[in-house]
This record gives sequence, C-alpha cells and structure tokens, in this order.
Amino acid sequence: MTATDRFRFAWDALRGFRMRTALMLLAMAIGVASVVLLTGLGEAARRYVIGEFSSLGTDLLVVLPGRSETVGGPPPLLGITPRDLTLDDALALLRDPAVARVAPIVIGSVPVTTPGRERESMVVGTTADFAPIRRIEVVRGQFLPVGDPRRARPVCVIGQTIERELFGGAQAVGDTLRLGDRRCRVVGVLASSGRSLDLQLDELILVPVATAQALFDAPSLFRILVQARDRTALERARDAILATVRARHDGKDDVTVITQDAMLATFDRILGTLTLAVGGIGAISLAVAGILIMNVMLVAVSQRTAEIGLLKALGAPPSQILGLFLAESGLLALGGALLGLGVGLVVATLLGQFYPALDFAAPAWAPPAALLLALGMGLLFGALPARHAAHLDPVAALARR
Amino acid sequence: MIELAGIDREFEVGEQTVHALQGVDLEVAAGEYLSIMGPSGSGKSTLLNVIGLLDRPSRGHYLLDDVDVTALDSAGRAEVRRDKVGFVFQFFHLVPRLTAADNVALPLVLAGIAPAERRERVAVALESLGLAERADHRPDQLSGGQRQRVAIARATIMGPRLLLADEPTGNLDRHSGAEVLDLIEALHADGLTLLVVTHDPEIGRRASRRIRVVDGWVEEHAG
Repeated sequence: MTATDRFRFAWDALRGFRMRTALMLLAMAIGVASVVLLTGLGEAARRYVIGEFSSLGTDLLVVLPGRSETVGGPPPLLGITPRDLTLDDALALLRDPAVARVAPIVIGSVPVTTPGRERESMVVGTTADFAPIRRIEVVRGQFLPVGDPRRARPVCVIGQTIERELFGGAQAVGDTLRLGDRRCRVVGVLASSGRSLDLQLDELILVPVATAQALFDAPSLFRILVQARDRTALERARDAILATVRARHDGKDDVTVITQDAMLATFDRILGTLTLAVGGIGAISLAVAGILIMNVMLVAVSQRTAEIGLLKALGAPPSQILGLFLAESGLLALGGALLGLGVGLVVATLLGQFYPALDFAAPAWAPPAALLLALGMGLLFGALPARHAAHLDPVAALARR
Repeated sequence: MIELAGIDREFEVGEQTVHALQGVDLEVAAGEYLSIMGPSGSGKSTLLNVIGLLDRPSRGHYLLDDVDVTALDSAGRAEVRRDKVGFVFQFFHLVPRLTAADNVALPLVLAGIAPAERRERVAVALESLGLAERADHRPDQLSGGQRQRVAIARATIMGPRLLLADEPTGNLDRHSGAEVLDLIEALHADGLTLLVVTHDPEIGRRASRRIRVVDGWVEEHAG
C-alpha cells in the first residue's frame, strides 16, 4: 500500500465520521492554541518588563542609602546608623570621568492646589539631568531649568493627569499652583508615557531638588540616579561611586549601588522560566487532547471492527492496519494543530489590539514545538488503538456488523 | 489444491472447550465446485475460515498449493489471502463511506497497485458484472443484489484461484440470490475453485461435490 493511498484511506475515514473528527480537531486545536497563547502571554510579560527596565536605561546605576547586608556585632552606641545621602554627595559623583550624569532624587507626597481645586500628589525633587537619564520629554513648555541645583527655584513640571485635574483643560504652563504652602510656577508638562516602571509620570510633579528639600524639610536624598559614560563604564562608575562615598562618609561603605543590568538579567531569567512554565501548562492540555484522541480512536476501532475484519480478509497484514489507524490519528493531530495555530495567532492579534502595550506574539520556538508535540501526542496515543486494531482476530471482527 | 489433514479447531467458551472441527481430512482439486452444508453451529463456517486462512487450526496440517500454510504468521497468512483467496460474505461487508468502484479497488490499494492500473482493472470488473453505471454509488444507494455483485467484483479483482462464499445468498431475495449464484458459477466455469457454505439444500445441490459438516465432523455426500 502506497503512502498516498494510506493517507487517502485515512482521510476518507475521517470524512466518514464528521462529528467525531470535528470533536477531536477541536480538542487538539484548543491544546495547541493554549500553548501558543500561554507562551505568547509569558513572552509579552517578559518583553513588557524588559522594556520597562530598558526605558530606564541599561547604563543606569541607582545609589541607595544604607548597606543592603546586615552586619552583626554589639549594639550601636553612636554614629553607626548610615549617614544620609546628601546633595553634595550626589554632585561629588560627577567628578569621576566614568560618570556622565547624576540626578539626585527626593520624593514625597503633598496636597497640591489651584484656585478651587485640590488633590494629593507625588512630588519628585530632582535636577535637569533627570530628563535625559529617565528618557522623558515635555509636550509643552520646558523641563526643569539647568543651573545650580542648590538653588530652590519656585518652578515645577507636571504630568498630564495633574494638568487636567488641576487646570481643567486651561493652559497650565505659565500659571501657578500651590505645593503645600509654597507657590510655584508651572514651566512644562510631561509627555504622556505609560512605560516608566516605578513612577506614574502622568500623576507626577517634578520640582528642583532644593525646592523639594525645603518643601519636605529634609536634607537627605531618597536615592541618586547615575548614568555611566556608556555600558562598558558601568563597573568603573560603580567603583568610583563607592570610593567617593566612602571618602565623604569617614571611610564607611554605607550605600548600596544597583546596576540596571543586574536587575534586567534577573528579571529576564525569572520571566523566561515563567514562559516555560505556562508553556508547560499548555502542553498538559495537549496531553489531555492526546488522551481524548486515544479514547475516541478506541471507540472508532470498535465501531469499525467489521471493516478491520474485512481489510484483513482482503489481505491487509497487521502492519498495514496499524499504519492506517496511525495515519488517521496523525492527520487528526496535524489538522487540529494547524487549526490551533491559526486560532492562537488570531486571538493573539485580537488581544494585541485590545492591549497595545503588550505584544502577544508567541516566542519563535513555540508554534513549531506545539506542532511537533501535538503530532507526537497524536501518534503516541493513537498507537494503542492502532495496535488493538492490528491484532484483532479477523473471524471475530468479521462476525461484528 | 487444498489438502487438509487431521484438522482440529477448538474454542474455549467459558470453562468449556467447544470442538468446532474434529479430525477433518479433505482434499479439493483445482477447479472443483464444493458445497458445504450442515446445521447452524456445525462448524461449516469455521471450516471455510480455516481454508481461507482467516482462522488457524488448533492441530493438523493445511497444504495450499503444496505449501504448508499452518506455520505462517499473521502477515504471511494475510499475503496468501491477498493473492490466492477471494471472500464473499453473507452481509457483503462493503465499506459504507466508499463508492462501489473504491470498494472494488480496495484489495488493489492494499496490494500497492498504481492508481492508473487500478482504475482500468476496476472498470473492467464492474463492466463485466453489469455495474458500470453504479461505479460512483455508495453501498446504501445499491440494492442487495448489486451490493453482493460489488462484493464479488472485489473478491475477484486480484485474480484469486479460490473463491470462498459464506451464505452468499443468505441476505438476498430469491431473484437476486439466483442472479448472484449464476454469477459465481460463471466464475467457476472460468476455472475458479469454488467453495460455497449454505444451509439451503437447493443451492447445495447445484455443486458438483457436496460435503456435510455435523458437530465438527466432515462427511462426503454421495450422489
């Protein structure tokens, strides 16, 4: 029997039992579609998070006050608590050639008012370099002025939600608002950007760092963002930061420096594993589909016992019967898998339309892997019914009608 | 052509052993026309199945064309069935989803014969059985007589030398039964060895040689 004839025979058999064929195709399609969609979802999450971090800049270092590890020893008498990071510390970092830009950060929350309107808002005190470091832009007006960061100028840059809620659509740039008990003039409005990980830019108010220090009445910095000259300078910048702070803090290493790269790598690893895990869940549904194929094929074998008996009487050896039924489950698996791929791609595209921020495309390995897995499942679980058919006793099989 | 020597066939039914065939010795020469008669359950179908290599004897030897086929495995028996034996069944056993032509072509498909040659041989076979216009009909669109004629075409398409018919008219009205029988006997006249199992004495009498199976024993019917 030629391969073409085998597949034609299997094809005719599948067309002869439409309901059964449709149900099995559906089961396989759901399995494959779920592999494609779940891995697509995992990939989307990974790309989203990586994108968030990359938007912060991979040449970025973050300086936090305090050591990340705890040190044992006698209880502190005096001066053991870490020193605060100060604006002078931040400016001192700029002296190293490996450091390109520095943005000190002070953060707090105050009531913000315009005549007749009030809301609570996050206020970030920083410098003009914050914009290039965080890659943010203004749509109207200007960013914080360049100049001596120690001068507390009464200006601010606001996010678009703040602008809408406090100015109600009127021109905000040039107008003033009150931050707590201080007045400040709006000089710019931030471009809308959902993609900045830890800060909701639309609901933010940026002021010069010295202004924020005065506003919150606290000289210490929340953290310092440092941009290295380039990615290769990250290590040197890190060493330089530690050395500078140590020299300024009486020889104590009381800051923690985090590189964006390290965080990125960790998240990449975690989310890559996550994608594999959800892909595994999809694979389980494929296995379920495979078991369904096995059951339905077993029913098919018993439905078609007389036909199998006839084929045997006409001279089909067991291997041929085996081949016929394997071809059937193989075709089912393949058809279902292709259907599932189609459904998966369509749903992914639709999801992409509804959530443009996420890119639901499955990783390149997922569709072929799902296809192969589906085929494997079909053949594996089709093998038992096919063997059963191949070894039926022809006399008993023919006696069934 | 057929030599059965000391053939036993036993089945286990629950705790009991049923002797379907007991010590059967039978020789059939090429070109003979045999009827096998007997009450139901006597073992006549089992005898036909053993001769057609669908069933294996529990004991004894079976020489087909001087080759001992008792020792063959299931693939080997399948090959002998394919090349040498044609079956006609009481219930036709046509594949319902295939057309008459595809049903007739089935043995050729299983034997791996090229489509062009298949079409030619099937057309000739259908023509000679007066089924040319029914080639594209499915079994449920055919009458009983037509179905059995399709089955006969299928049984002979591989050019076997032995035709085994198990109650070939058992499911047909008198008229189509007679037609089918005429057809089978015409094939015999062309040189085919013919064995017909029947419980109808009228049909049994048409054979040139008659045997009876009773309780697994075979006896020649004189006259």
